[in-house]
Amino acid sequence: MIALLSRDLKLSFRAGGGFGLGLAFFLIVTVMVPFSVGPQSSLLSTIAPGVLWLGALLACLLSLDRLLALDWEDGSLDLLATAPLPLEAVISIKSLAHWITTGLPLVLAAPVLGVLLNLPGPGYFWLVVSLLLGTPALSVIGTFGAALTVGLKRGGLLMSLLVLPLYVPTLIFGAEVARRGAIGMETQTPLLMLAGITAATIALLPFASAVVLRVNLR
Amino acid sequence: MNLNALWEYANPVKFMRTTERMLPFFWISAAACLVIGLVWGFFFTPEDYRQGSTVKIIYLHVPSALMAINCWLMMLVTSLVWLIRRHHVSALAAKAAAPIGIVMTLIALATGAIWGQPMWGTWWAWDPRLTSFLILFLFYLGYVALWEAIDNPDTAADLTSVLCLVGSVFALLSRYAVNFWNQGLHQGASLSLDKEENVADVFFLPLLVCIAGFVLLFIALVFYRTGTEIRARRMKALLARERVGA
Repeated sequence: MIALLSRDLKLSFRAGGGFGLGLAFFLIVTVMVPFSVGPQSSLLSTIAPGVLWLGALLACLLSLDRLLALDWEDGSLDLLATAPLPLEAVISIKSLAHWITTGLPLVLAAPVLGVLLNLPGPGYFWLVVSLLLGTPALSVIGTFGAALTVGLKRGGLLMSLLVLPLYVPTLIFGAEVARRGAIGMETQTPLLMLAGITAATIALLPFASAVVLRVNLR
Repeated sequence: MNLNALWEYANPVKFMRTTERMLPFFWISAAACLVIGLVWGFFFTPEDYRQGSTVKIIYLHVPSALMAINCWLMMLVTSLVWLIRRHHVSALAAKAAAPIGIVMTLIALATGAIWGQPMWGTWWAWDPRLTSFLILFLFYLGYVALWEAIDNPDTAADLTSVLCLVGSVFALLSRYAVNFWNQGLHQGASLSLDKEENVADVFFLPLLVCIAGFVLLFIALVFYRTGTEIRARRMKALLARERVGA
């Protein structure tokens, strides 16, 4: 399992591996927001939590394409499927690798970009907490979408269509935590809901993804 | 009643024969219910004292919204049957029902917008009910697109079934998430089984007839479209056999 994880990480850190793609996208989106809505700092600080969450979500979505497609093309997915490691574990490792290469950098970059968007002081802590809790769910759900469309030639658009409605609950609760934190309201309810979604998706969705992947590898 | 007898209809021939015999009944009764219900609702009910004549859109809005949700439920059941017992008719019924669900969702959204414009002063508001219907619409779109994208029918049936199951969980989750996210503008349930008071009787009776009409129409359409899907698949098999033979 660790070998698989380190292989996936190595592949994505190498040139052309797609590491940094999501991060660059996140950067571009948040830097462009003030140009499109205007530089009033009060407006920016109101929308900052939502914009940062949306940017993180889209950056995740952008990098899902490569999650399984490359392994599918060169046949290593077939090998992994016949390996002694259960496919559920393979899927979970793939999600974890995706989170480390995409989700974690986003979480770390978010406070810096928060400065650019004039995020209010108490918001930083809650922004990082909500992203830290929410991005694993985005990776796991995204893996399910990638597994559904892995056999298709140009599945990118279809995958976005399939994954977007699945992202809605995570986005709602995650952005709500960040928003409430930024204006100093209590954040317990959405935070618990977000944690619940993440825990449940991590526990259950790899099974669905593995079923789907087996069908696709048939 | 012996429930096991139900599985006989997993046989496509038996399914086709039975549904073809039942179809005229469903078409005629659906048409009758819809004509009676809509004419009664549109021309023979009083206008609401606050909403005026716009209240009459309820006869399209409520039944279509009801069927949009029930159609997904039906797809959920047939997907489960396909995954567990692998009856092709079941998978094809789910495939046949999805576009009907899309249309029902669109009717509900469109009639709601048309009603909302004069009443709420806006075509669209990010109200929980409206939002969850938009999400339901996206789920339907993704489901149909996945069916269309995959060539192998068995693979497509498997993948869409799993998507339907996972999507159901997330659709429910979204329903509660949006409730939490925004307070509603939409009125509460018009109909419910456990409430003392529903919509006033003058509106209620034609509404029930309309709902019955929509349910019958839905059943007729699903039977009809499933039959078409079975025929299309048979034709494909015949063509393939011919090609091999030649």
